[in-house]
Amino acid sequence: MDARIKIRNTKSILFKSVIVFLAFVITLPLIVVLLYIIKMGVTQVNWTFLTKIPAPVGETGGGISNALLGSLIIVVVASVIAVPIGILAGIYLSENSRTRLAYYSGLCVDILQGVPSIVVGMVIYFWVVKPLGTFSALSGSVALAIMMLPIVIRSTEQTLLLLPDTLKEAALSLGVPYHRVILKVIVPCGFAGILSGIMLSIARIIGETAPLLFTAFGNPYLSTSLTKPMETLPHLIFNYATSPYEDWVNLAWGASFILLMFVLFLNITTKLLTRKWNIQL
Amino acid sequence: MATMKNKRLDLSYSQMKWETIFKRILIVMSVILLFIVAGILVTLIMKSMPSIKSLGIGFLWSKSWDPVNNLYGAYPFLLGTLLSSFTALIISIPFSYAVAIYLGEYNPKGWLSNLLKNTIDLIAAVPSVIYGFWGLAVLVPIIRTFESKIGVAPYGVGVFVSSLVLAVMIIPYGASLGISLIRMVPSPLKEGAYALGATRFEVIRSVILPYTRSGLFAGILLSLGRALGETMAVAMLIGNTTTIGNTFKEIFFGPGNTMASVIALQFTEADHTVYLSALIELGLVLFFVTVIINLIGKRIISRFTNK
Repeated sequence: MDARIKIRNTKSILFKSVIVFLAFVITLPLIVVLLYIIKMGVTQVNWTFLTKIPAPVGETGGGISNALLGSLIIVVVASVIAVPIGILAGIYLSENSRTRLAYYSGLCVDILQGVPSIVVGMVIYFWVVKPLGTFSALSGSVALAIMMLPIVIRSTEQTLLLLPDTLKEAALSLGVPYHRVILKVIVPCGFAGILSGIMLSIARIIGETAPLLFTAFGNPYLSTSLTKPMETLPHLIFNYATSPYEDWVNLAWGASFILLMFVLFLNITTKLLTRKWNIQL
Repeated sequence: MATMKNKRLDLSYSQMKWETIFKRILIVMSVILLFIVAGILVTLIMKSMPSIKSLGIGFLWSKSWDPVNNLYGAYPFLLGTLLSSFTALIISIPFSYAVAIYLGEYNPKGWLSNLLKNTIDLIAAVPSVIYGFWGLAVLVPIIRTFESKIGVAPYGVGVFVSSLVLAVMIIPYGASLGISLIRMVPSPLKEGAYALGATRFEVIRSVILPYTRSGLFAGILLSLGRALGETMAVAMLIGNTTTIGNTFKEIFFGPGNTMASVIALQFTEADHTVYLSALIELGLVLFFVTVIINLIGKRIISRFTNK
């Protein structure tokens, strides 16, 4: 009898050790990747790296200013498109959760969340690139905006659903019109949640390469025109990482370092923000 | 006085007008979503029509992909996608279950738990192109040595290395869902089992896992959806060939292609209608598969959380 209990207890302890081991081992790849990118990338970053465009093959030096500026522009334009639509659609979903339209819109959000990013890029190629006749930064922004939408919508919806109904009822009973109740009471109350949703979605799309391959396309020169091809950080990394020239590979390491730091910064800030405001995303 | 009153009335009329406009804007924004999804579907179907018409259903299992001779068969890419995704899934399951059980049951609160949870979330935050780059620089040489030791052609790049990187990338999706589901197991159930003298392992095996089985399965589905659609890391690591090997060993360790990666690598090169259209048809298949997998997963989760 005692022996059986002993076996069962040992089994339990053994199981726990395996679980703990596996659960912690999985952080290893992340740590290894992080350290490696930092090691390879940090030495690349200097003033020239940030302000110059990539040098032609055979010349040393050069930087990634075109990709930095391009990523910034494309992400800002994508946010300008996606944030208003996302917040308003999120408000609709949280306010009218029982209507048929809300059901189908919610379904569409789920579908959009599952669409592979490469498919989005392909579709935008036919929606924007073909009609305009050229690869363009704008088409890249549209593709990224579609990737942003589900995250912004869901976080807005979830945040607003958490707010107590009494808040809205109190404002309405004072005779405040509906749109003002939403825009001046409900949205400000859920602001932190909505903001962290937006930040999370930006962190997600800034590293996306696949939707940009057939839209923003890439450009070795500095460009600020929305109707011309534009370089972005992830696309530059993809291009130069697979190139045979050491200088270009080094540029890609530097770019990876900057991209990774930015993404981690956004994610960690969002985490802190949501913890401070006690939001569940 | 009378004019004052009128002014007030005017104001409220304009407010009422705004109220209607605002409600309409909300509706329009939701309708836009329907249009986007319908638009994606219609575009994919319309643009893949030339290939559907000229290649028929045999497209899916025809084995050769040779744009120069106008031969298009999706079989190598279907096989590559399924093989890499399922291998990644099998590797990732023990880890995501372990994380879910550890953070859901053994250590649900406290700084260590938070730290581990946030670290695992960060795994999902790293852009896939960076995983691809790292894999190319670090993992591929290691795999090459490994492959020459076990006696297969030492390409380095290929389905195997892609699966390894994919496995890491999809762990957070299964894990974070699993954590919240395991935390939702009612404590009376667990306490009952403890009261009967069960050990912790027995409680986990015969109470927690059966209770959360459907939810954990949904988590696996969501990770699978991710793995199937993942493009960049795979495109950099899989070696981009359109032929497939003859033996399983050759296919598994040798270079290949997935549906997503072949689109990424060949779309801008596609210079005639059927070629382009065949790639889009691959995208259509990918779209259907990932969307269906995702919707089933979401459906299971919402049924689980509402019960």
